[in-house]
Amino acid sequence: MLPRNLQADQFGAYPPSANKLAVANLATLQKLPLSFLPGLLRELIEYDYKFPAERTAIERELASLASLTPAQMDDWFQGFAHVSLSPALEQFDWVNRPEQFVEQESAYLWSTRQLDAFRKAAMNYGDRLHAATPVEPLPVRRLGIAVIGQGVDSYDRPLFRNLRAHGTCFEHVKPERGLELLLAAVATRAKAHPLPYGHWYIDGGQPAEHDSMLTCVSYEELEPVRNGILKFMQSEIARPGMGPEALRTDLAKLLPGDLGMDKSGDPVLDRFQVKVFTEGSGTQIFCTTFAQWATREALRRAQPLTLLVRFAPRQRQKPMNELLSLGRGNPELDPMGSLIDADMGAYYHWINQQRLTGSEQSAFVGWFEGHSQAVAVAPTLPRGAQSTSAIDMGEVISLALS
Amino acid sequence: MFDPPICGAAARDRTLREPSRFSDTVAHLVRSRREFLRAAAGVAVGTAFLGPSPLARAESARKKRKVIVVTFGGGARDQETFSPEGQENIPLLLHELAPQSSFFTHVSNQGILGHYVATASLATGVYETLNNFAAVPPDHPTVFEYFRKDLKRPSSDAWVVAPSNGFNRIGESDCRSYGQGLGARVVLPKHLLSAAAAGSDADYAHLLRDNYESPLYTPQIGGGEFELQQLETILKLSVDDFKAHAMALSSPDELSVYIAKRLMQQESPSLLWITMHDIDVAHSGAYSLYIEGIQRTDRLCAELWKAVASDPEYAGNTTMLILPDFGRDSDEDAGGNGFQHHRTGDAASRTTWMMALGAGVRHGVVYNQQVQSIDLVPTIGAMLGFSPTESQGKVIPELV
Repeated sequence: MLPRNLQADQFGAYPPSANKLAVANLATLQKLPLSFLPGLLRELIEYDYKFPAERTAIERELASLASLTPAQMDDWFQGFAHVSLSPALEQFDWVNRPEQFVEQESAYLWSTRQLDAFRKAAMNYGDRLHAATPVEPLPVRRLGIAVIGQGVDSYDRPLFRNLRAHGTCFEHVKPERGLELLLAAVATRAKAHPLPYGHWYIDGGQPAEHDSMLTCVSYEELEPVRNGILKFMQSEIARPGMGPEALRTDLAKLLPGDLGMDKSGDPVLDRFQVKVFTEGSGTQIFCTTFAQWATREALRRAQPLTLLVRFAPRQRQKPMNELLSLGRGNPELDPMGSLIDADMGAYYHWINQQRLTGSEQSAFVGWFEGHSQAVAVAPTLPRGAQSTSAIDMGEVISLALS
Repeated sequence: MFDPPICGAAARDRTLREPSRFSDTVAHLVRSRREFLRAAAGVAVGTAFLGPSPLARAESARKKRKVIVVTFGGGARDQETFSPEGQENIPLLLHELAPQSSFFTHVSNQGILGHYVATASLATGVYETLNNFAAVPPDHPTVFEYFRKDLKRPSSDAWVVAPSNGFNRIGESDCRSYGQGLGARVVLPKHLLSAAAAGSDADYAHLLRDNYESPLYTPQIGGGEFELQQLETILKLSVDDFKAHAMALSSPDELSVYIAKRLMQQESPSLLWITMHDIDVAHSGAYSLYIEGIQRTDRLCAELWKAVASDPEYAGNTTMLILPDFGRDSDEDAGGNGFQHHRTGDAASRTTWMMALGAGVRHGVVYNQQVQSIDLVPTIGAMLGFSPTESQGKVIPELV
């Protein structure tokens, strides 16, 4: 089936709000090329479980598309229109299984060497959409905070090497109550600007005491969910004929209810947390990867005003079969390796934050937990500079936001 | 989680824009690619007037000529290897090998960026489109088949040492005019160790460690792999000695290099292909493990080159070619997650380098012109004197 043949009743299996939105925009969806449309439907079908920022983005995207003249539509989508797809893809149930369609489309584009053309078309589209979408001013400058190195007594190599060029390094931070001060600063922002999913605290271990206004996601508190996913993976791997791609497809079908998660009363956050494990690579086994990926996804999807991530020591590397198995008691930890992982994670945190609106005004702070090294990146702070002032982490935040 | 859909990521993130403040970072990377190595290793920029390769092309020289290919894998970026910020991870490649090498700063892989299919493409000189996760042979003749058929070489003269996940069919294609019986012999050291260690109390888990794909993909073994009994007949190594040596090693790639050196001593193959894979632990998202993998691979490449230089069968007549099968996603591409994967098809994931050492190679020269990864097979063909008729690559003139 091709998009032009779409009918309203074909969205019958979509959740209520997604169905309503799809039907309301049917005429627009019918005009889109097949190489593109399932990628949009993959987002739309999840509309009921999206964060507010994502919902707004989908609505604006559909509104932008609906406003295009036929000539503009041709212009925007000519790159996608030149991508040829197989008859099998055309016959695929891409309305109800857009995620699986996109996976198969990817494999097809790679094998037919059309990936670069698709990539170019996608980037052009993203640029046009971005230019056409109004940017609303943020109520407050965005702030990212990465706390790294928990459990490391000393480290004699330079940290935050990728961030130093963009901001100011503080070499004599007073570490006392550092985490408490940072969480207090985040809580203050949450109270001053109480937006749903606007202020996050992600912890790679057991979360510290924090304000209930923060959206909190932690590796330790999700252990039952993680174990459920590992158990699922083990059973899938044991199935004859199972391969990595099939496992990925099956993992993507898991819902919070399948993992005993439907009691929190927050289906949006529950789905987010499941996806961190089912879509992220390594999030199931390494808490550093979990923290980095959860941060990336929270920024990309929820676009929070504040996000504090605290990395914890991950388990030491072992053969994958062992890492994926359950009931291994207290695994041996690798604090030093985790510090290096988290240092890169902090850099990626900043990069992902800079992809969001208001990047020219946003601030970022990284801190080596319990130690005297920190870095702050903000438009008001000099780049590539070093400070030897003795200040605490609360003051570093104040400087970054000044 | 397993090098899956790329366009999905690109499409999903289509609304994310590239921050303009990254433009200086990108410019820096472009510049550092051009200036690769020059300052650090004191090498010259290659130009056309340097003249032909110094190797005498006499037939007698060709008969003794040997080629070793090492894939620096799986998948390493410039920024963790040869660009200025990564050079600390490869001290031996940089300071010991680079000054005696011809270095190609711009090797492009335009094919599918999965490790098995990309390695198969390297070995056939054609961008293969086979399923990266299936135990299938390449569609086109491999370098080993061209070499053996054209030059009438025995099976003992072409060997592959490879990680066990799927690479067991890399030795020969199912191409009708080549194929069965004309390919390389394949050793899968981890597979071998698993078999040798069966029933043993010793812990070899660190050597059986694999990348993130391994527990999910265990291909049926078939296609001319090295059998356990042949440890003794070919490598002159008892199972007990093999296990004892293995206990002293720390990673799967170390095991591969140990087997490769043993093969060099016992069989002296003229064409030896070693696929490293430790680096692909990057898929787990642990940057420190990725860096450790690069540092270990640096050490192992230097170790291999020492083995070449100290073996009379190899010293002076061997060309060693070291190259990653491809790169990994750049930090700046919103569709990826930086070093972790190679899914976006961006320039960083498609572009890498190659180091050529030994016979026929000018010392300390950097070439900035673009070559393709499929150029490897025709270049080896020109070195050894066979005709890879179905390869779609071109001979790299600076190496022949």
